Amino acid sequence: MSFQAFVFYVLSAILVFAGVRVITAKNPVHAALFLVLAFFTASGHWLLLQSEFLAISLVLVYVGAVMVLFLFVVMMLDIDFEQLREGFWRNLPVAGTVAAIMVAEMVLILTSPESNLNGFKEPAALAADYSNVKDLGRQIYTTYLYPFELAAVLLLLAIVAAIALTMRKRKDTKWVDPAEQVKVRRNDRVRMIQMAAEPRVEDRGGDTNNDNAAA
Amino acid sequence: MLTLTHYLVLAAILFAISVLGIFLNRKNVIVLLMAIELMLLAVNYNFIAFSHYLSDTAGQIFVFFILTVAAAESAIGLAILVVLFRNLRTINVEDLGSLKG
Repeated sequence: MSFQAFVFYVLSAILVFAGVRVITAKNPVHAALFLVLAFFTASGHWLLLQSEFLAISLVLVYVGAVMVLFLFVVMMLDIDFEQLREGFWRNLPVAGTVAAIMVAEMVLILTSPESNLNGFKEPAALAADYSNVKDLGRQIYTTYLYPFELAAVLLLLAIVAAIALTMRKRKDTKWVDPAEQVKVRRNDRVRMIQMAAEPRVEDRGGDTNNDNAAA
Repeated sequence: MLTLTHYLVLAAILFAISVLGIFLNRKNVIVLLMAIELMLLAVNYNFIAFSHYLSDTAGQIFVFFILTVAAAESAIGLAILVVLFRNLRTINVEDLGSLKG
């Protein structure tokens, strides 16, 4: 068994174990952490397949950002997770059957001589100065420029949607709309009133001395 | 000797595990989202394995876009989850029947 095959089988065992623990862990925090392990192992596999850029970006984007987001939400919400696990094992027979049938079907198809997947030989070794990042970058900024820009718009959409969904306006805030402030005219704020002058009141001197007398 | 079939079978097993997870955790939206992430990872395995064995980087670019979409999906999904919890004080899927669809 070559070294690469050994690494492949070790990483596969870790990946399957982590995947099973993600879906069976009692505590969602543990599930999220096992998902981190699964992504990390997957990035090792992708390195074996010589796609270095995606392996690194999987760790940076998924482990660094998305999984932290998951952990953030799991820890922020105060949920009784025991209650959510009611009937957890009740679905197991049906679910296990479906999953086993899926795996059996896929394995039968993939290993069948008819599909001839073993016709794909291990590709020739890449040149020493080949750069995966450079190759991907060149393709993204030439052939796939339009989808790349669409992906950027999609990310912007995700930002706007996530903020718009979770932002709430507080009623007691003293926030001022600047546009309303600029638009205001003198007539909106100041009112000129014509009113008759108060008649002069005579004889008010007596009361003012009371304070001094009390002191 | 590693062949394409090794990676494809591994991806199939991973996909089946996440389907199993969706069946088992039918009430917990957070674990459902995690199972979807695992599923997308299994799909990405297929793309990368074929990309390697066909010596064509187009598959890796597709994985790049799938990662983008998956990040957007989980961000919006978690935002919906937070709003849901704020309004209903629960994330149990069975309590979400207020639309009576």
